[in-house]
Amino acid sequence: MKSALLVFPGINRERDMARALKLMSGREPTMVWHADRELPAGTDLVVIPGGFSYGDYLRCGAIAARAPIMAAVRAFAQKGGLVLAICNGFQIVCEAGLLPGVLMRNSQLRFICRDVYLRVERSDTPFTRGYNAGQVIRVPVAHGEGNYIADGETIARLEGEGRVLFRYASPDGMIDPNWNHNGAMNAIAGILNERGNVLGMMPHPENHVEASMGCTDGRGLFAGLVDHFKLAA
Amino acid sequence: MKARITVTLKPAILDPQGKAIEGALKSLGVSGVASVRQGKVFDIEIEGAGGAAAEAALKNAAEKLLANTVIENYRIEVTG
Repeated sequence: MKSALLVFPGINRERDMARALKLMSGREPTMVWHADRELPAGTDLVVIPGGFSYGDYLRCGAIAARAPIMAAVRAFAQKGGLVLAICNGFQIVCEAGLLPGVLMRNSQLRFICRDVYLRVERSDTPFTRGYNAGQVIRVPVAHGEGNYIADGETIARLEGEGRVLFRYASPDGMIDPNWNHNGAMNAIAGILNERGNVLGMMPHPENHVEASMGCTDGRGLFAGLVDHFKLAA
Repeated sequence: MKARITVTLKPAILDPQGKAIEGALKSLGVSGVASVRQGKVFDIEIEGAGGAAAEAALKNAAEKLLANTVIENYRIEVTG
């Protein structure tokens, strides 16, 4: 699996992501600078990591979404290439129009940094094939703007087309407002685009991939992607 | 030419920051505050004297970057 990891000024999770990608795929990702205009030849997966691109100026992800490299990412996605966008990455792809909706300020107005539980809604996608549908995983979140909103029609479409892949849930998988820490509509933590090749999610699976991290529930996402490309080869 | 672009959340969008400011005003004893919505203001200078091209540039700026039209409205005013 050849990964390209985008680096914008102010991003701070790219090293965690690089470590997880190397661990799970056996291959170092290529770091791609925001001012570049091309992705490395033969890229299988584009990863947009978390952080605070451009200091979150204007709106989270707004400036990064218009950076030179994003035209190449858009073209890559249009050809069916897989894009994994985590945290600030999710905000960036929403601002870029690759996913619908917006990540608003957390309903409690606080930056929240802790582990949450996610219910995996589907296992039949390249991103979630390493999990079982209905499985609950524990992964960290660290964001101030993770409160997913979209208009009613968009939400109905996302739900109707099975494009919600992860939801904030209780440890036993119940959808409960008490476990929806940021107030996201329908407890949405991660969604797919219409074609099924762009995933945006707020939580950080890359931070739960090694025993020393205290939990390895994030491994399934990377293992699934590695499997996907092995089968495709 | 000078212009001001004001970006505000659409009425249907919840504004937790506005709510917090509203609460703070109330706790300060500022009376009569019914509600607060927070927005952004951009003061922009356009080269030259204005005209259709300048207006188009301002609209372009608002649509392409300054406002996220999924959740925000914008208003353009020529100020000088």
